[in-house]
Amino acid sequence: MALGPEEASRFAALLEEHQEALAGAWTDRVAQGLRGRLSRAELQRQIADLRKAFSAALAGGAVDLNHEPATELRAQLSELSSGRARLGFSATETALSVFALKAAMLGVLDGNDAANLRDYVAFSGFVDEAALFTFDSYVHAREGLIADQAEQLLELSTPVVKLWEGVVAVPLVGTLDSARAQVVMERLLQTLVDTGSPYAIIDITGVPAVDTQVAQHILKTVVAARLMGADCIISGIRPQIAQTIVALGIEFGDIATKASLADALRYVLKKSGR
Amino acid sequence: MSDGGERIEVGTDQDVVRVRQLVRTVAVSVKLSLVDQTKLVTAASELARNTLVYGGGGTVEVDRVDNGRRQGIRIVFSDRGPGIADLDLALTDGYTTGRGLGLGLSGARRLVDEFVIDTAIGQGTTITVTKWCR
Amino acid sequence: MDRVPILKIGDILLVSIQIDMEDQVALQLQEDLAERIVATGCHGVIIDISGLDIVDSFVGRTLATIASISRVLDAETVVVGMRPAVAITLVELGLSLPGIRTALNVELGMALLARDQAEEFDELVEEATAPAVDEP
Repeated sequence: MALGPEEASRFAALLEEHQEALAGAWTDRVAQGLRGRLSRAELQRQIADLRKAFSAALAGGAVDLNHEPATELRAQLSELSSGRARLGFSATETALSVFALKAAMLGVLDGNDAANLRDYVAFSGFVDEAALFTFDSYVHAREGLIADQAEQLLELSTPVVKLWEGVVAVPLVGTLDSARAQVVMERLLQTLVDTGSPYAIIDITGVPAVDTQVAQHILKTVVAARLMGADCIISGIRPQIAQTIVALGIEFGDIATKASLADALRYVLKKSGR
Repeated sequence: MSDGGERIEVGTDQDVVRVRQLVRTVAVSVKLSLVDQTKLVTAASELARNTLVYGGGGTVEVDRVDNGRRQGIRIVFSDRGPGIADLDLALTDGYTTGRGLGLGLSGARRLVDEFVIDTAIGQGTTITVTKWCR
Repeated sequence: MDRVPILKIGDILLVSIQIDMEDQVALQLQEDLAERIVATGCHGVIIDISGLDIVDSFVGRTLATIASISRVLDAETVVVGMRPAVAITLVELGLSLPGIRTALNVELGMALLARDQAEEFDELVEEATAPAVDEP
């Protein structure tokens, strides 16, 4: 049973009239569940903001959450979710914070009125919708956080070091999938710009296997670096990898390849006349 | 699902610049990575110029799109010019018409995720490209 | 219409592209540079594209044309400051900017031009001091 515009305004009025009692009861219920992991003051502020948003949405005639007047409410709910996700609360705990409005509202309604009961059920449905929206936003926010962390991890595991004046080195370690190869490529190129280094040594000693895709990525990186005005040398090619490269027919063309990082450095220093 | 986009009439060089700027702005708002932004704006520049130079002018429309899992951008380039006679040839790598327009369509296609071209002689050309956030 | 400024620094002309150029502006730059090279007799041109968000096929061709024209006028061109995202896009596009030399920044670009000049000079000296064939 959906909220009609009349009931919506009635509940909006109730949310305004009984502000303090509602906010208080609401906060108490939520505080119980959160067990002190959020300060009382912070919780009160969140609940106050939510109450205002619900009130504004209903006063604006929103009969469901996707209705235009509920835009601000949706924004508040999203913010609640991201905040709670960041602080490590669970999705359920976050949704419960919204569900608690129902019980709080029950407290200020005149329980004897039959019409009241029907309206309450409709209002209840509206709050349910809001709580479920919160659940979804939470999941979305969490996925975003995990993606960010994965990216940071990726950055940490692909260091670019300055070996000498004008020479940087990228020791690649571990398997190189498409995503990782992209990140490495971008960071290497950016480092060339930042340090003004015309030479980069890509060391693949730590890469267990090279397939066509990996080779492609390395090749693209070298071509891009050349376009920018820097040269790349590939070092650390193990016997097995050399055989694989030849077997796969991968042409490294005029890209210099050296067995060890030391050889590569020696080559670069000689080339740049030092 | 797309949201009301913006449309630019392409009749001059200046308009091609405006297309680049609009695409860049929308790409940033949709949170495309820097490399993806660059690829998309480059493709848009190529295609908008084609619309101007070969299509005799036309329109470019930029929309945000959402397929439920990811956000993206859709750009439609349309003109009422002569149309492309040999589409297969035009899409071949390295194809250039007499004016030496460089890698044109095939290059632009490599820079985007989806590329749909609708053209017929005397009926103009419409190219729709889409790039999704990763 | 905007015009890209050209600075003379010794024997080098420095162009720093800071704006999103209309095609016409790029063509005008090509013309202006040719005129300045002849007017100043400079032997080096550095084009700084660190301010460019993108390099599409038109800009690419313009740069290549500038390099060719300059060479005919006895000046070498170096394009500097290409952004990583631009380089990655060019690789994807398959545009290789043939005949264009590049360096990471203005300083390295000037060093490159200086090295070339030095090599050229060495060659000239060698030729000049080589013993004539028919001298006893």
